[in-house]
Amino acid sequence: MKILVTVKRVEDPYQAIKVKPDGSGIISDGMNYKPNPFDEIAVEEALRLRDTHQGEVVAVTLGNEKCVAELRQALAMGADRGIHVRHDGPLDSDGVARVLAKIVEQEKPDLILTGKQAIDDDQNQAGQLLAEYLHLGQATFASKKESLESEAEKAKKPGLTLLPGGKAIEVVREVDGGLETLALPLPAVVTCDLRLNLPRYASLPNIMKAKKKEVKELSPAGLGVDMTPKVTTRRFAAPAARKGGVKVPDVATLVEKLRHEAKVIS
Amino acid sequence: MAVNKENAPAADSIPAGGAFLVAPLGATRVHAPESFTDDQRMYYQTAQQFMVREVLPHIDRLEKKDYPLLVSLLRKAGEAGLLSIEIPEAYGGLDLDRTTSMLVAEAMTLYGTWSVSIGAHTGIGTLPIVFFGNEAQKAKYLPKLATGELMACYALTESGSGSDALGAKTKAVLSPDGKSYILDGNKQFITNAGFADVFIVFAKVDGEKFTGFILEKGMPGLVVGKEEHKLGLRGSSTCQLSFEECRVPVENVLGEIGKGHRIAFNILNMGRLKLGVGSAGGAKNAINLAWVYARDRKQFGKAILEFGLIREKLARAVARTYAVESMAYRTCGLIDDRIASLGGESAAAHEQVIRVLEEYSIESSILKVYGSETLGVVIDEALQIHGGYGFIEEYPIERGYRDQRVNRIFEGTNEINRMLITGMLLKKAVKGQLPLMEAVSDLDAPLPEAPAGPLADEWRAAELIKRMALQVIQAAVTTFGMELEHHQEVLAAIADVVMEAYAIESSVARTLAHDAANPVRHAIVRLFTAEARERAFSRARYALACTLKGDDQRQAAAALAKRDEFVITDPVADRETIVTAMEPTAGYPIR
Repeated sequence: MKILVTVKRVEDPYQAIKVKPDGSGIISDGMNYKPNPFDEIAVEEALRLRDTHQGEVVAVTLGNEKCVAELRQALAMGADRGIHVRHDGPLDSDGVARVLAKIVEQEKPDLILTGKQAIDDDQNQAGQLLAEYLHLGQATFASKKESLESEAEKAKKPGLTLLPGGKAIEVVREVDGGLETLALPLPAVVTCDLRLNLPRYASLPNIMKAKKKEVKELSPAGLGVDMTPKVTTRRFAAPAARKGGVKVPDVATLVEKLRHEAKVIS
Repeated sequence: MAVNKENAPAADSIPAGGAFLVAPLGATRVHAPESFTDDQRMYYQTAQQFMVREVLPHIDRLEKKDYPLLVSLLRKAGEAGLLSIEIPEAYGGLDLDRTTSMLVAEAMTLYGTWSVSIGAHTGIGTLPIVFFGNEAQKAKYLPKLATGELMACYALTESGSGSDALGAKTKAVLSPDGKSYILDGNKQFITNAGFADVFIVFAKVDGEKFTGFILEKGMPGLVVGKEEHKLGLRGSSTCQLSFEECRVPVENVLGEIGKGHRIAFNILNMGRLKLGVGSAGGAKNAINLAWVYARDRKQFGKAILEFGLIREKLARAVARTYAVESMAYRTCGLIDDRIASLGGESAAAHEQVIRVLEEYSIESSILKVYGSETLGVVIDEALQIHGGYGFIEEYPIERGYRDQRVNRIFEGTNEINRMLITGMLLKKAVKGQLPLMEAVSDLDAPLPEAPAGPLADEWRAAELIKRMALQVIQAAVTTFGMELEHHQEVLAAIADVVMEAYAIESSVARTLAHDAANPVRHAIVRLFTAEARERAFSRARYALACTLKGDDQRQAAAALAKRDEFVITDPVADRETIVTAMEPTAGYPIR
């Protein structure tokens, strides 16, 4: 089974983000970066499927030269080789999906795994667009029935199930109020949600081995993709600071405040 | 040894051990956390994730001395590669640089018991075989030490000989058939002894020749005593060992007969350096705990984080910790550069590595002393911020406070290390390895020009304090000559001045080299320097007072006072800059 998996370089979610005074973006000085956490889940799932059914995991990233660090992290987790599509300008979901579509044409994977969204811009579109462009089946928000504390998770069993014959895959996905089970013919696009697995950390020997793994550099132009964004960012603004709460002595005062101060009831 | 040779600088461009005292600041490149490679960052991340996922959830059980669990976690650490960083590739190791080893050690400090247990195994337990073992010994032990299949410990201290390590009474006598040594004696405070399989033991052959041995669990006559119950590090194993006509095969002699001191002291050099790094890690953890507590704890209707005295404690803790971190990774970088410049790959390489560790033994001792004392101060203040809750076991700062206390005692007490710092400086000067006396004769030359821009005053402070140290050294050597070694109060005071100089210089050099325009770092270095220069001046005056009498003392003190320049500072503004910068990181502000 050959699996293509995406890795995006994103801002470390556990640090405070500051917007540039002119609103043109966020301040990147002193910012730490890491692989998109949902992509890490996709990489973990790809590795488990490969370890169960044999095959190859190819990790792909799109972005500036620094993205190689995050690609190496996927290789250190265990991906077999990497593809870096070098692009220094802004990205939108459409551009990402078109580049990935070209990579899929070249690599012909059986399965494409992505994070359900990148935690930087939270677009949640690239996977869906990719499936559309390639006319492939898609399952979004892949999850699983077993909890992350279960024995199956401890045994690192894949959450996606390859159906007998190896021509289709079963995906459990999160929907409002429960789980839905889909079967998709391969190749297919699956986007991964939070409760699919607990990604492994790279062992030190694997970090060393990752240095020797192949990373191919490509360019959008070389793939014939025009990266001019269809969606442009107009302005960034920080959310308004929350005002401190107050304690009210009784229900009457609460109703009074809701009516006249917050103006949420009439 | 595998090293990163791509950027290896030429050997003659790397400053010698102790050279910081006589060379102007900024003369050579300075390593710092900011210059870690992507790989080194990844190793650190793995180590940190390992702690958060595998170790921290089990603290309650581990604190109750659950050794089967501790050993199983150590083996898990072996799977992640955390036990094999400094083991050669030929024996199943990774053979990585010292900076990586330090970074991983720093991550381990999230839990004291764990940090000391894994440290005793990978450091003092394993490294003697890496550095001094013969081929057969390396092949036999290292692959299993790398995986954690075998657990190691190190036995040097005895009930009657702690600081005086060479005064050991344990005796080894060759058996009549010449096949083994018969050991008799005891060892005290042996970390990991309760579950160790391999014991590095020092004994005197025929009561004279200090020698290393590799003992194994189950050797007849090797008796592991009962567990000690300790103030801190309660989950770690600490036992007495005794040898009752214990038979050790001659092939288990480690290194040469009579050369055990080389093993003992060089392994300590590495351990001291690591303790400095670990102190920076421990201090950062304490700062993070204190910041979160101060943010959440409300008194007089607001978070105590808003009160000036709490903010002052946090800012001072950050400033001192930054200094230790700067010194630690600067020193590791020097050692890695020096090893890389040698470029050895063969068995002889380990001999070279030992020489490099010896070369920087002054810096290693500085890190041990300054790091452990900084951690002591920082954790004490972090506990104070917790108020009454800091005294309650439920709060991790209480355990941290107990766990750190031994840092000032083991790996050579801070008193012994202070003697070593000054003693080794003088020894190097006498041997002509350090132009100390030349620098002393230049004491009254004008100071080199500080680079314009931020931290110019701090740059000058580093140079001035180095001169204070040189002045006091000159006075002490002139007054006491060969007798100086008996004036411990003078040696220690000199060491204190030297340490402050290294601390200020490392903080300034790191900041100028890696993030020269960052106002938060300026505030940190200014706040630190303002306090460090006061301490240095006071210790230098004390050294003169212990050295000179009457008018000689008056004159020397006047000369010293000239080096204590007045600098306008604004500690409140700097404190505010630092504490404000702690918000985005929820604690220690530099990443």
